[in-house]
Amino acid sequence: MLGAITALAAGLILGVGLSVSGMIDPAKVLGFLDPFGNWDPSLGLVLAGAVAVSIPAFALAAKRAKPALAQSFQLPERRDIDRRLIIGSVVFGVGWGLVGLCPGPAFSSLALGMWPTAVFVAAMTAGMALYRFLRI
Amino acid sequence: MENFTPVSAFSGGLMIGLAAAVLILANGRIAGVSGIAGGLLSPAGGDIAWRMAFITGLVLGPLIYNAAAPETLSITVTRSVPVLIAGGLMVGFGTRLGSGCTSGHGVCGIGRLSNRSMVATCVFMAAAAVTVFAARHLLGS
Repeated sequence: MLGAITALAAGLILGVGLSVSGMIDPAKVLGFLDPFGNWDPSLGLVLAGAVAVSIPAFALAAKRAKPALAQSFQLPERRDIDRRLIIGSVVFGVGWGLVGLCPGPAFSSLALGMWPTAVFVAAMTAGMALYRFLRI
Repeated sequence: MENFTPVSAFSGGLMIGLAAAVLILANGRIAGVSGIAGGLLSPAGGDIAWRMAFITGLVLGPLIYNAAAPETLSITVTRSVPVLIAGGLMVGFGTRLGSGCTSGHGVCGIGRLSNRSMVATCVFMAAAAVTVFAARHLLGS
């Protein structure tokens, strides 16, 4: 129960952070991804702010035996750089560059009730389901 | 660089980092939206509640922002339906194949100093930039 509350809080903070930073706006993201056009470096600073907090947070987590409200840390264990990582990242990047939405901002902007976002989220869900179905 | 908003960008970024901090320290989970959502498509027993709670919060966040700062949130999506569908399919499929997205690899993975995530982040950033270049400067959209 408490875990659901902290997860809700984390989601809320992320949603607010995406709004404050402007990352919920595809136009702002595409502006960062267009260095040859009217370049907007803002996304770089968003990432800088995010890792400024996440690096110490994960360092702190590494020193703990367990998280506050769960039995254990659920952390990815792979360390190799394989084809799936690269190909998946390329495919994701192209999709992201086509619209300017990645999963977090896509879900967040559903709140604003614009139909293009709903279309994108439906397609994104279908893409995730396709991956699972193909069992690659 | 007329759209550069350094203060709101950095402070929003701090919040994004804080979200990841809360989820890892309280729940022991990576705040990677593609993984959290993707896990809903193949849930283990008892694994659904925190995922649904997180995504609910993610959707409610902008509503809170709107309440605090009305009429300041601007979202512009100018793509056609076929492009929205193609982009969505690729983001959904690619993030699952590549094991993460901007929050998972970019914020949490780099937060853990993971080489895998640093590489993934560089790759998807580059792929996105090339795509934008092709769309804007070659195809004129």
